[in-house]
Amino acid sequence: MERMSNSGTYKKKGDLYYNSLLSRNLYNNSLTFISGILAIIAILPLILVLTYVVINGASEINLAVLTQLPEPPGEDLPSAGGIGNAIIGTIVVSGIASLIAIPIGVGGGIYLAEYSRGGTFSKFIRFGANVLSGVPSIIAGVCIYSVIVSTRIILGSNFSALAGGISLSILMLPTIIKTTDEGLKLVSDDLRKAALGVGASKFVTVSQITIPAAFTPIGTGIVLALARAAGETAPLIFTALFSFYWLDSPEGILQPIATLSVLIYNFAIEPYKAQNELAWAASFLLVAFVLSINLLTRWIGKRGKH
Amino acid sequence: MDSKATHNTSPQICIGMENVTIEYNGSPAVRNIYCDIPSEKVTALIGPSGCGKSTVLRSFNRMNDLIEGCTLKGKVLFEGKDIYAKNVDPVEVRRRIGMVFQQPNPFPKSIYENIAFGARINGYTGDMDNLVEQSLKQAAVWEECKDKLNESGYSLSGGQQQRLCIARTIATQPEVILMDEPCSALDPISTLKIEETIHELKSRFTIVIVTHNMQQALRVSDMTAFYNAEETIGMSGKVGYLVEFSETQKIFNSPKEKATQDYIQGKFG
Ligand SMILES: Nc1ncnc2c1ncn2[C@@H]1O[C@H](COP(=O)(O)OP(=O)(O)OP(=O)(O)O)[C@@H](O)[C@H]1O
Ligand SMILES: [Mg+2]
Repeated sequence: MERMSNSGTYKKKGDLYYNSLLSRNLYNNSLTFISGILAIIAILPLILVLTYVVINGASEINLAVLTQLPEPPGEDLPSAGGIGNAIIGTIVVSGIASLIAIPIGVGGGIYLAEYSRGGTFSKFIRFGANVLSGVPSIIAGVCIYSVIVSTRIILGSNFSALAGGISLSILMLPTIIKTTDEGLKLVSDDLRKAALGVGASKFVTVSQITIPAAFTPIGTGIVLALARAAGETAPLIFTALFSFYWLDSPEGILQPIATLSVLIYNFAIEPYKAQNELAWAASFLLVAFVLSINLLTRWIGKRGKH
Repeated sequence: MDSKATHNTSPQICIGMENVTIEYNGSPAVRNIYCDIPSEKVTALIGPSGCGKSTVLRSFNRMNDLIEGCTLKGKVLFEGKDIYAKNVDPVEVRRRIGMVFQQPNPFPKSIYENIAFGARINGYTGDMDNLVEQSLKQAAVWEECKDKLNESGYSLSGGQQQRLCIARTIATQPEVILMDEPCSALDPISTLKIEETIHELKSRFTIVIVTHNMQQALRVSDMTAFYNAEETIGMSGKVGYLVEFSETQKIFNSPKEKATQDYIQGKFG
């Protein structure tokens, strides 16, 4: 071995004790401090919004609010009724959106990850999904309005829960396609080989081996997409509109329907206190709903670790 | 400088290769292979790293289909039929020719289900409990598994997982079992157990095994094929070819080719 023939010298090495005045330690400490402050500033809006909604909204929640119909604004009432129909409406519209978006999105993701061979078509779909996920939600609303609502193409219905669900499904699709695609791509190829090696067909491999193995990311993607859709307002204003009545029959999905987000939009800006209070109650419910969905995804994630 | 393949005198030929060239993205990995693998014998494929042993092994049950850009010229005959013919179903080929991979790859299911899955999709209708037990016994892993059949396959050690994978393959009762360095992740004791398993299996299955371990080839195989890779004019990189194929004893005691002798004596590779 040759010795290093370098004539440069180093500063004398220090002793082993920690010295907070060394420049590297000064830099380190101040950077830790600054990034900590920035992290607090970043989380502040979330905390503010949550506390504000909880303070204003939680006190408005009671059985009557959860079970009654809202009163149309018009005069100063002691109480504006409840948000019962809007709760059901949000569930119904998100349900319709899920029924449309989950099969299409998961199916599309499976195609991309398992069947496509990376050709132009799949590149186009991936690109499309990326673009779609960046489309402002109001555009989805306007599109469905002009294609479905104003043309009365579905059984002559105008504004309807169905149209609302369709517009929300457009917002859910890209997330579901992408998480399914990515989730399946994370599944080790060894598993696919193992299945094919014992004589499984492609269909059996995908349905019984790869999809169960990717259940966690796919499930998480679906739930996050649902959380996003459930809180959307803009597309619903153009499609589901609002209603002061209960959804009382299956055909009701061809009628306008109340949802929490549109109720907030309508009532929060009314000059009447009773309606404002309902809007707060709805806000609280919506935030609680989205929060619990996020907790649900964490639970799905933990479960998948086993 | 043609590939020299000693045509084997055994009456029963299981897998035959006729002038097989396999290319990845247009550049050949192995070329012009002629080789007849006999039935109900253990055939070992040996050779230096990168000479195309895995590539050849995968071509026997169309596992290369999964690799984009991989194409095969020539014919691979299984019981006389070209398995690359247009009307052949690769799923059916893989049911007749099972595969054990280099890395243990159990399904993320219970030990029991790992075995039952393959059997079920192959249309097994008999007593599943019995099949699971028999397969695990044949793969010499029953003792370790019998008390935890419902636990995940991942709860086993690497060597036990590999034997579980062998059991899974045996359970589907293929006619041929391909093994790609099945012992490379195993300790000597598990290796010996798997070699014992191979000995037991060869009365009913045709086995083709890739190994880097000369001693293992000598211990388990009846026939040995030595592959080598070398630079070829007009082609990019090294291209693998079959140097010599003969009875294992002949390959190890009196190889015809200098390259075979050098490799076996550890002079390269
Ligand atoms: N999926 C692939 N795509 C492109 N080239 C490949 C692929 N797999 C193998 N090759 C090429 O084919 C040649 C043979 O590879 P192969 O894996 O068959 O070698 P091997 O003999 O099994 O080596 P080892 O003993 O290291 O496993 C190598 O040069 C490799 O670069
Ligand atoms: Mg290999």
